[in-house]
Amino acid sequence: MTNIYSTQGLTKVYGEGRSAVHALRGVDLEIPQGEIVVLLGPSGSGKSTLLNILGGLDRSTEGTAFFQDQNLTEMTDAQQTRYRRDHVGFVFQFYNLMPSLTAYENVELVTEIAENPMGPAQALALVNLRERVDHFPAQLSGGEQQRVAIARAVAKQPNVLFCDEPTGALDSKTGRAVLHVLKDINEKLGATVLIITHAAATAGMADRVIHFADGNIVEVIENKTKLTPEEIEW
Amino acid sequence: MVSPLNRKLLRDLWRMNGQAIAIGLVIAMGVMMLVMMTGLVTSLDETRRAYYERYRLAEVFAPVTRAPERLIAKLAKIPGVGQADGRVIGSALIDLSGRELPVQSQVVSLPDQGEPRLNDIYLTDGRKLNGTRADEILLLQSFAQAHGLRPGDELRATMNGARRTLRIVGLAQSPEFLYTTAPGELVPDDGRFGVIWMNRSALAAAYDMRGAFNEAVLSLGRNANNVAVMAEVDRILDPYGGLGAYGLEDQASNRFVSEEINGLRVQSIGVPPIFLAVAAFLLYIVVTRIVQAEREEIGLMKAFGYTNIEVGSHYFKLVLAIAIGGAFVGSLMGIAAGRALIDVYTGYFKFPFLIFRLDPFSFVIGLLVSVLSASAGGVLVLRRVFSLTPAAAMRPPTPPDFSRIGRVGGTLIRLLDQPSRMILRQLVRQPVRSLGAMIGIASGMALSASMLTIFAGFERTIDLTFGVMDRSDVMVSFTHAASETTIFELQRLPGVIEVEPVRIVPVIFRSGLHSHRGAVNGLIESPRLNRAIDRDIQTIPMRGDGIILASALADILHITAGETLTVEVREGRQPVLDIPVVGIAKSMLGSPAYMELSALNRALREPNRVSGAYLRVDAAHGDAVYSALKDMPTVAGVSLKSQARGAVQKVMDEGSGSIRYVMGAIAFVITFGIVYNAARIAYAERARDLASLRVIGYTRSEAAFVLLGELAVVTLIALPVGAGLGYYLSFGIAAGFSTELYQIPADFNPASYGFAASAVITAALVSGGMVKRDMDRTELVLALKTRE
Repeated sequence: MTNIYSTQGLTKVYGEGRSAVHALRGVDLEIPQGEIVVLLGPSGSGKSTLLNILGGLDRSTEGTAFFQDQNLTEMTDAQQTRYRRDHVGFVFQFYNLMPSLTAYENVELVTEIAENPMGPAQALALVNLRERVDHFPAQLSGGEQQRVAIARAVAKQPNVLFCDEPTGALDSKTGRAVLHVLKDINEKLGATVLIITHAAATAGMADRVIHFADGNIVEVIENKTKLTPEEIEW
Repeated sequence: MVSPLNRKLLRDLWRMNGQAIAIGLVIAMGVMMLVMMTGLVTSLDETRRAYYERYRLAEVFAPVTRAPERLIAKLAKIPGVGQADGRVIGSALIDLSGRELPVQSQVVSLPDQGEPRLNDIYLTDGRKLNGTRADEILLLQSFAQAHGLRPGDELRATMNGARRTLRIVGLAQSPEFLYTTAPGELVPDDGRFGVIWMNRSALAAAYDMRGAFNEAVLSLGRNANNVAVMAEVDRILDPYGGLGAYGLEDQASNRFVSEEINGLRVQSIGVPPIFLAVAAFLLYIVVTRIVQAEREEIGLMKAFGYTNIEVGSHYFKLVLAIAIGGAFVGSLMGIAAGRALIDVYTGYFKFPFLIFRLDPFSFVIGLLVSVLSASAGGVLVLRRVFSLTPAAAMRPPTPPDFSRIGRVGGTLIRLLDQPSRMILRQLVRQPVRSLGAMIGIASGMALSASMLTIFAGFERTIDLTFGVMDRSDVMVSFTHAASETTIFELQRLPGVIEVEPVRIVPVIFRSGLHSHRGAVNGLIESPRLNRAIDRDIQTIPMRGDGIILASALADILHITAGETLTVEVREGRQPVLDIPVVGIAKSMLGSPAYMELSALNRALREPNRVSGAYLRVDAAHGDAVYSALKDMPTVAGVSLKSQARGAVQKVMDEGSGSIRYVMGAIAFVITFGIVYNAARIAYAERARDLASLRVIGYTRSEAAFVLLGELAVVTLIALPVGAGLGYYLSFGIAAGFSTELYQIPADFNPASYGFAASAVITAALVSGGMVKRDMDRTELVLALKTRE
């Protein structure tokens, strides 16, 4: 199977001199296409930094990171934008929806600019949101908002979906539903899904679990048998 | 040890330094204007007072035909009179070689020995007069400078019909002659009217005044009754041809200086509050939005156990720091600007020294207005924030509810792409906020547009006066009211195209308690070269049955058409006439009154008299006409319209009116400050949304569109609103700039509004650019973590 991402000696240092913080200390990593990958680790272990660099939101200090055959570390700002627009979907802990747009319009926000998007209605159907699509974020529950955010992220038919604590602000029932959606998308669209989480149990549904500590990978585990979201202990 | 909360305060201030500076600057501009203007007026008043006092300027002037010297002792005994002095004055024509026309001048006597009791002079160059030399003179410094004359030079002059050669031994300034005005003109011009000081004995010989005087000057005691003193002076001098005593307030030079200082005073009262109000309003809006943005932190502090009062005073301090900082900087700038302007005006007013005084009251007002407006903004928002529980305030960004706007503009919105919908909904969803930003920018537009209207008003005053009302090329004034045959003589001069007679009669107008020293212009029935015009710029035909007043004069006298005006003529037999007011004319320059020429002559019982004429001259024969005029014995003065126009322009550009440029600049700084603040705040509020847009693949420009598009819409709505506000504002400011000398119309002119609009748009573009630059620099990851 081809790798969607591969990094070599990926390093990220914030600040300089004595106050420098080493967020990543030479990460070597390969992520095969189409997998669900869970990144686990304590706060400050570097998992968010890695996700930001792979997602084209941040730049590394040293080392290389490839998306398929594109070198992320050499991209210009415009190329990064293009890359995010065409290939990457993001889901955040606090949803980051546009409050002034309805659920449907939030998805349209992406379908308007993407190269080969699915229809907003289809994307919302994927996350099981059919009824309340004309509502504004303030009228939706947390779980509904997160599903809109996922619909928005997948509507462009991305190659990869980055999820930073996607269930962090949700209760167990809603959280499970969201994980279910992520699993569906992985299966139906073939998108690689990278999930950052504190909840170790989430790792049960992953193809691959990467443990982070102190700016580096300490362990990579491939799951032989994956759990369904319903089977995960919350 | 600084408490943590105060340290937070300092860091918050540092974090928002750009915005704090922008707000502080707007406040500073309002305060600066106030401090500068009041300081300027206070200093000029004080300097003038000190100058008059040091050089013992008389407070009553009593011209008389010829009175024996012994009367001075009698005048000095009038109750209330401090000092009395008699002197000889006369008019002379100075013949300047190289100059086509002789220049009118006044000759004033100085005692042969010692200093004058009143109206002393300040020698700037050369030496004092030698009491034994009859041909020595001192010359008014400003006149000498205008013609490059120096001590040691000779001057040819015609005095009382005799040609004399005089030797300049020194140059002098005098509080009595800060300004000199050529005859028949309103506006002073240094080069076209001279003042010569000579020994009393020499001057008495020249004007047949040995043992006599033709002007008494008096100073008054502290509690003197001016009116009673002048009445007594008139009674004593009447048998000797007294021409009526008048006070310092009617003395030509002082009147002009007072007008100019009063102009500044009116502006200092009228204009800074407008600027300060706009600044205060902006501060209020900004503070409201800053505190709103701190919602989460307020919740956090309350969760820690801080009371509402403690949290409130923390933010109150933040607001106060900006307001007081702005007021402080504004005060310093006001002092510096006032100081610089006073130097300029001291030169303009020809004060030999200056006394710099500040009005402490202006600091207090400036500080109070800034603090109060900032506090009002803070208090109102804090009340709303305090009503939240800590948990609610701290809850992670609850998206603002946009549902209320529902399906605003259903079909319209379907035509828009999502970013445009965001812009539209943000505007509609928070109407108060959008309205605040819009009114802020509109105020900037209004300030700029009205200041530009004032600029154009100055131009228009000059254009209407010298292009529409006065269409002559030359105004000729005669030595005395001459017969109408003089007009025919002028008509016969080769090169003269058109001649129009005029009779100007000095008078005192009285209406009830109001009076004004001025002149009546007798014009022909349908004048073509010098006209009175109405509000619609149409010629007002002269009428034989009454007098037409310029609106400025009607205002001074509190009189309207249909009422009767008392006119005390100050010439010839000095009759007192009751004349009905039959019309009001638009006034631009001065406050003239008009009558039909023959009706005026009839009223004076002096038929067929003219005191001057307006001429239209073939440009090719200009020189020939001027030299012919020079040889006519009846011609006392000739003034070219171009010179008169230049003199008016100079007064407007260097006198009190010149402050309009400073105010205009301040208006633009405030406008920019407002627009920049609006952009900054909008960015602060949207930073997170914008970062989200960037993350999902929007380019920088596309993301910036959402922010700057909102600013653009607000700005575009603000422009017409501001234009409307500016229209009304300009009347207030125009009134502030109008003096007795000239009126500034606030006529609507599209160019001012167009220019103001481009200034606002430029400010918006620059502000947008600055904010976009900040946006581009922001790291996406950090922006996502930005507090809502």
